[in-house]
Amino acid sequence: MAQPVIAVRDLTKVYHLGEVDVHALRGVSLDIHPGEFVALTGASGSGKSTFMHLLGCLDKPTSGDYHLKGRDVSKLSSRTLAEVRNREIGFVFQGFNLLSRTTALENVEVPLLYARVRARERHARAREALDAIGLGERLDHHPNQLSGGQQQRVAIARALVNRPSLLLADEPTGNLDSRTSIEVMGIFQQLNAERGITIVLVTHEHDIAEYATRIVSFRDGRVRSDRPVPVRREASAELVTLVEQMAREELSA
Amino acid sequence: MSLGMTLLVALRALRRNAMRTVLTALGMIIGVSAVIVMVAIGNGARSSIEANIRAVGSNVVNVNAGSFGMGPVRMGAGNTTSLTPEDAAAIREEVPGIRYLSPGVNLRTQIVSEATNWGTQVQGAGPDLAQIRSWSTEFGSFFGEQETRTAAKVAVLGAVVRDELFGPGADPTGAMIRIRNQPFRVIGVLTRKGQAAMGPDQDDTVVIPYTTAQRKLLGITHIQSIMLSAEDGVPLDRVSTSITNLLRIRHNIIGDQDDFMVRTQDEMTSLFTSTTDTMTWLLAGIAAVSLVVGGIGIMNIMLVSVTERTREIGLRLSLGARDVDVLLQFLVEAVVLSLVGGTIGLALGFGASYGVGRVVGWPTLVSSDAILLAFGFSAAIGVFFGFYPARKAARLDPIEALRYE
Ligand SMILES: Nc1ncnc2c1ncn2[C@@H]1O[C@H](COP(=O)(O)OP(=O)(O)OP(=O)(O)O)[C@@H](O)[C@H]1O
Ligand SMILES: [Mg+2]
Repeated sequence: MAQPVIAVRDLTKVYHLGEVDVHALRGVSLDIHPGEFVALTGASGSGKSTFMHLLGCLDKPTSGDYHLKGRDVSKLSSRTLAEVRNREIGFVFQGFNLLSRTTALENVEVPLLYARVRARERHARAREALDAIGLGERLDHHPNQLSGGQQQRVAIARALVNRPSLLLADEPTGNLDSRTSIEVMGIFQQLNAERGITIVLVTHEHDIAEYATRIVSFRDGRVRSDRPVPVRREASAELVTLVEQMAREELSA
Repeated sequence: MSLGMTLLVALRALRRNAMRTVLTALGMIIGVSAVIVMVAIGNGARSSIEANIRAVGSNVVNVNAGSFGMGPVRMGAGNTTSLTPEDAAAIREEVPGIRYLSPGVNLRTQIVSEATNWGTQVQGAGPDLAQIRSWSTEFGSFFGEQETRTAAKVAVLGAVVRDELFGPGADPTGAMIRIRNQPFRVIGVLTRKGQAAMGPDQDDTVVIPYTTAQRKLLGITHIQSIMLSAEDGVPLDRVSTSITNLLRIRHNIIGDQDDFMVRTQDEMTSLFTSTTDTMTWLLAGIAAVSLVVGGIGIMNIMLVSVTERTREIGLRLSLGARDVDVLLQFLVEAVVLSLVGGTIGLALGFGASYGVGRVVGWPTLVSSDAILLAFGFSAAIGVFFGFYPARKAARLDPIEALRYE
């Protein structure tokens, strides 16, 4: 088998809250291979977000190893880590985290700014990323002029604009209704299938997890179960039936 | 991120909070314009003084009674009785190269005319004063040897005093005025010289024979000063050395502190200009304090801005910003803020200097030094006061920043 994208061994994370030590992660070992679509589930407080932050090089573990594409992350300088965040990882948040009063296009361009891509290419690539995600018409809209689903799609375009091989999404559908959630999952499945992007997605909704190929379940900072999805849901097919159903309802009304 | 983009991002952030930007920049605007105006006024005063003193003539030497730092008590010029009319006579006799000489006895007092009264400087002088100071008369004439010898109660009025007592442009020759309750006959009015940059108004004066001032007004036999001018081409330092030597002998001074001061006009000039320079820098220094206050305003608003944009910083870090990128972003913002203030302040300072110049009637000079200083200062203040907030931003932990509410 190919080298894993993510290889973690005995990862722990302890937060010190005054006198109290909070053990958010108590020894997690996991391999994720290229092209996998992994859903992380688990109860609130089980350590999913903490784990994602470590995977995204936004935080440092208390102990344990993390190899990203074979590189020991703990040995990288802060400058290199910024570069890794910029080039190799795309991050999608529950709260979208778009820059307000900034157009969709400019939001998507931000990672390219830090990659020092020239203006012309920057515009072209950002436009392309938004086109690919079906927002080509909304380039000049500000976040407050977009729906939640559209905002999340801008955020996805931003995560993808630097062509990372790994996409990390922490409850990306948490703020969306079920139909929009399916649309977003459809985008993830498409990216995973067509571009082979490795995706790690946190969700505490079981039906969302079933769009993935593998479900890793956390409990109390440990991996409780790790299994493939037996019957995978297909977002695109579901969307088609959903649209048909809505059309029928409208006719009968 | 490239510097150009960083600048663009900074400009946008500032435009987004336009009102706040303006208010914050106001500190710099006031500071820079204050410095510019103060330096301009100072420079104007300096050049005006130089012009005035040059007008008096550069061949003038002043002798003043008393000296600074004499004995245990430091006394100002003119407070001792050691200088006498005989000293003046001796100087004229024995020091070669002297053209005109006028003993001086001054007092401030009230001048009373029939209609009104006016407080002014009364100068007791010799008839040579008119030549030494190149004074001509608008009406009547200056007094001569005769009036001086007899201590005649005659007065020559400066233009301002005439305006106050008899009305602008009037010819009061022959009229009577009272000085310390004694009647004086007005025999002339001096041609107007115009306001000096510093010191008393040259036209706000009354000149009477020094003998009259001594005997009729003050009841003294000494004099306070001697003003003299040298023949053309005679080196002034030689004249002043000769006077010093002569007076030391006459006053029996050996090795002690002199009880008089001899100063050439050049020395007077540099004394005055160095005083104005000191004043200028003092005023500019005070104005610079407002620059510092402006800088603190910038620091304050940048700290607010960093706090407000904590989530944005976290986001940028998660998208690949390095800590230097964040540092530069906020630093550039602070420098832009202070430079905007500096530029507006510069324009305002120019305008205000011009306005002040018009009002007080001096030339006010905005020097290129002041402009460079203002720019340098505001950029430096931006960097200095912007650094701490920017570093605070750059040191944020990405996760904590993203979670910040
Ligand atoms: N910055 C922090 N300081 C202190 N404790 C923290 C911090 N971040 C997380 N924790 C604690 O670590 C544990 C794991 O938190 P984490 O956010 O990873 O959970 P989660 O699985 O993402 O939960 P949720 O589903 O609610 O998002 C929790 O007990 C939480 O209180
Ligand atoms: Mg979480």
